[in-house]
Amino acid sequence: MARKTLMCGNEACGEGAVLAGCTFYAGYPITPQNELIAYMAKRMNEIGGTFIQAESELAAINMVFGAAAAGLRAMTSSSSPGMSLKQEGISYLVGCELPCVMVNIQRGGPGLGNIAPAQGDYFQSVKGGGHGDYKIIVLAPASAQELLDHTFLAFDLADKYRNPALILGDGLLGQMMEPVDIRASERKPQVPEKPWALTGASGRSPNVIKSLLLGDGALEAHNIKLQKKYSAIKDAEVRFDTVNIKDAETIVVAYGSVARIAKAAVLKARAKGIKAGLFRPITLWPFPEKELSDIADKAKRFLVVEMSSGQMVEDVKLSVLGKAKVDFHGRMGGGVPTEEEILAKIEEHG
Amino acid sequence: MGKKNKKGPAKTGAKKTDSSVPVFSHPKSLRDVDNHYCAGCGHGIIHRMICEVIDEFGIKDRVIAVAPVGCAVVAYDYWDFDVTEAAHGRTPAVATGIKRARPSNIVFTYQGDGDLAAIGTAEIIHAANRGENITVIFVNNGVYGMTGGQMAPTSLAGQKTATTIHGRSLRREGYPIKILEMLAVLPGVRYLERVAVNSAQEVLRAKRAIKKAFKTQIDNKGFSMVEVLSMCPTYWGMSSIQAADRIKTDVATFYPLGIIKTY
Repeated sequence: MARKTLMCGNEACGEGAVLAGCTFYAGYPITPQNELIAYMAKRMNEIGGTFIQAESELAAINMVFGAAAAGLRAMTSSSSPGMSLKQEGISYLVGCELPCVMVNIQRGGPGLGNIAPAQGDYFQSVKGGGHGDYKIIVLAPASAQELLDHTFLAFDLADKYRNPALILGDGLLGQMMEPVDIRASERKPQVPEKPWALTGASGRSPNVIKSLLLGDGALEAHNIKLQKKYSAIKDAEVRFDTVNIKDAETIVVAYGSVARIAKAAVLKARAKGIKAGLFRPITLWPFPEKELSDIADKAKRFLVVEMSSGQMVEDVKLSVLGKAKVDFHGRMGGGVPTEEEILAKIEEHG
Repeated sequence: MGKKNKKGPAKTGAKKTDSSVPVFSHPKSLRDVDNHYCAGCGHGIIHRMICEVIDEFGIKDRVIAVAPVGCAVVAYDYWDFDVTEAAHGRTPAVATGIKRARPSNIVFTYQGDGDLAAIGTAEIIHAANRGENITVIFVNNGVYGMTGGQMAPTSLAGQKTATTIHGRSLRREGYPIKILEMLAVLPGVRYLERVAVNSAQEVLRAKRAIKKAFKTQIDNKGFSMVEVLSMCPTYWGMSSIQAADRIKTDVATFYPLGIIKTY
């Protein structure tokens, strides 16, 4: 019997982490994710975990690095400007194959920008915002419920692949209050053995965690190994959601909070007799390339809607490969597209 | 330093010396491999002292070290216990994460002056201020060695480096930074000592300080740090002997040796 609790998205995210067995959180205050850091301060204290308000986002991600190296389920969170600071640490986490979960409740940019919802960090998140060739798993929830569910899932995926995973939300999702089904007793985190973790070399030879590989060909071999892992993630972990796409001629592609608005626009279009559907990537990396490509064999047109100048649209184009028309509608700097706006764009070429 | 003295020390007293006890041996925690350090560099001595202290406390299987970015970046090739790397300067933040995750382990960082006193200044100050129960070994040789001898925040006034070719100007580059004295005012900090490795006598003092710093952590007293004034003959442009002399005549006169804070 589902009993729902009213929570804001940031709190739901924190509860998802606790349910997943996260016992270490380090973060730094930044709007609009502040409910999350406050929630983790409270919950870590309650469960006997560790909460650290770090001196910076740089320190926070590196504290998570330490806790992850020591074998714990660890998390940090921030919003756009703070995520820029974490990129160095993310590159090291990836290089060292350390699992952790990060949360970016995006706000408007560039620079200090504003504190309104935005999706301008898509490239930073899915293309590798730090240095080097790498990928992190990126999940894009579209509700408080999914902030909880996806955060829980992100810990399992991070541990499964020994790779950081990112929850990419936005200020709208983080702040909005919605009923959430916690279902604590039904959730069983999948925590693998971590023989590589630093626990003190007792009864085994010492473990070393490093990304520095100076030997001839050693770093290339390491990169090849990482790429093989990314291929395995691409094969197994693509997630997406669809609405009315079977006979659709115009497919709206949107993620996160924009997908919810787009869904309402698609339903209105259907009511008007327009064959519209919605494709919502849930994993932004791995991106549902094959699925979009298959849909492009039938659909005439894709309309990508983002709270950015057009970032995910590049991945849609790479998936569609010219098989259908790809249009774009974006709002920037905290602007949120309305149902009417999206409906008008659907109708434009419908 | 020589190998095992099989005969043992000279019999000077009435008490007979037990010749089965070696007076000098290879620390168990130090791998028996060649190191990459330049001739006259202090890192090898400091690595060894840390390993001797770890052996003496019998904590090899509890130690987790955080290696720096700098000349000692591959310290894990020499140490026979658990070690992780850290991004340049983030070393105390990584150590904080490990120690909070595993409070019963003994966690130490090994950092140079670029790592600790330049790019990682915020991390060291806040780890110290939180009173993290970790030990920091801070190797101050007043120069960036790995990248080719550039000025460090600890370079002395007038010191010629790759980026101060006419010598460090106090007006242009500011004053050499005294981190221990800065940290001493923080209540969370329990033990601070500055030592040197330019002579056998100073090495013995340095080892005592490192031992006290680890003891501080073992006894759960809080943050401990030892600054070791070390030689870099290569980028000081000197012989090993001249470099050791410079510690005494120039470096230790600016950075006074001794206990800065204790409990």
